[in-house]
Amino acid sequence: MSETADRVKKIVVEHLGVEAEKVTEDASFIDDLGADSLDIVELVMAFEEEFGVEIPDDAAEKITTVKDAITYIDENQG
Amino acid sequence: MFDLTGMTALVTGASGGIGSEIAKALAAQGARLAVSGSNAGKLEAFRAELGGDHVALACNLSDGAAVDALVPSAVEALGKVDILVNNAGVTRDNLAMRMKDEEWDTVIRVNLEAAFRLMRAAARPMMKARFGRIVSITSVVGTTGNPGQANYAASKAGLVGMSKAMAQELASRGITVNCVAPGFIRSAMTDVLPEAQKTALLTKIPAGDLGDGADIGAAVVYLASREAGYVTGQTLHVNGGMAMI
Repeated sequence: MSETADRVKKIVVEHLGVEAEKVTEDASFIDDLGADSLDIVELVMAFEEEFGVEIPDDAAEKITTVKDAITYIDENQG
Repeated sequence: MFDLTGMTALVTGASGGIGSEIAKALAAQGARLAVSGSNAGKLEAFRAELGGDHVALACNLSDGAAVDALVPSAVEALGKVDILVNNAGVTRDNLAMRMKDEEWDTVIRVNLEAAFRLMRAAARPMMKARFGRIVSITSVVGTTGNPGQANYAASKAGLVGMSKAMAQELASRGITVNCVAPGFIRSAMTDVLPEAQKTALLTKIPAGDLGDGADIGAAVVYLASREAGYVTGQTLHVNGGMAMI
């Protein structure tokens, strides 16, 4: 597992208060992890802070699973 | 009831007439404050008058970058911000037909845009904390209108709509967003009114008297308290019955 994946999963566990084993790469934030739209905003802001990336709104809309977040961050981290 | 011990508050326009009474009321209930104002000297004098371990953070609310830095500065100084009171406001009165672009822009920027920037910045740590109280001081004229105050009335009505939108966005996180709408409050501005005008004004106020800054302070304390947690998106009118909405 990549370092990015570890850090992303840690943030998801902390913010959504879910068990670590539920946070698989295919897990959908809304459908599988019980997030609402405000949770998504919080997660995106937390990713931006943790990784120093900027995630514009149109990109954020496409991030629906844990894997989407990891991929976006890996591709856009400066 | 309404004990604010352990809570922290950022109050803008705190060295002004109503603002200073709001700050005193919050401090009297035990909150630790960051008081903000544009005049650093006046602000520091007020902070000293308050005593305690409150902090003064001077800020020019017409400067967007300075406004964006205010909440982070308050969090740094106080450790957290539980309560945000958007009290600062300016007037640039003129009949609409004669109103200059700068008069419009200044009032909207300070009264409405700065409040939005502060609310946006404060919402983030409040969301993380799952607790927050945002109170904006609007005005009876935001509801009733007032000739010569198209800009001011728009900014105050804007605060009400913005607060209702944010109240809905943030309710699930334990954050309430409300407004307090003062009517005519005794101040340097009303002291200089001619006696005849004062008498005419009082005939429109069922309570038969102007309000005091402390009346506004008490309303803010209530909305900022833990006990008011189920009250959100509301405007509390404090006007002696002058307008019942």
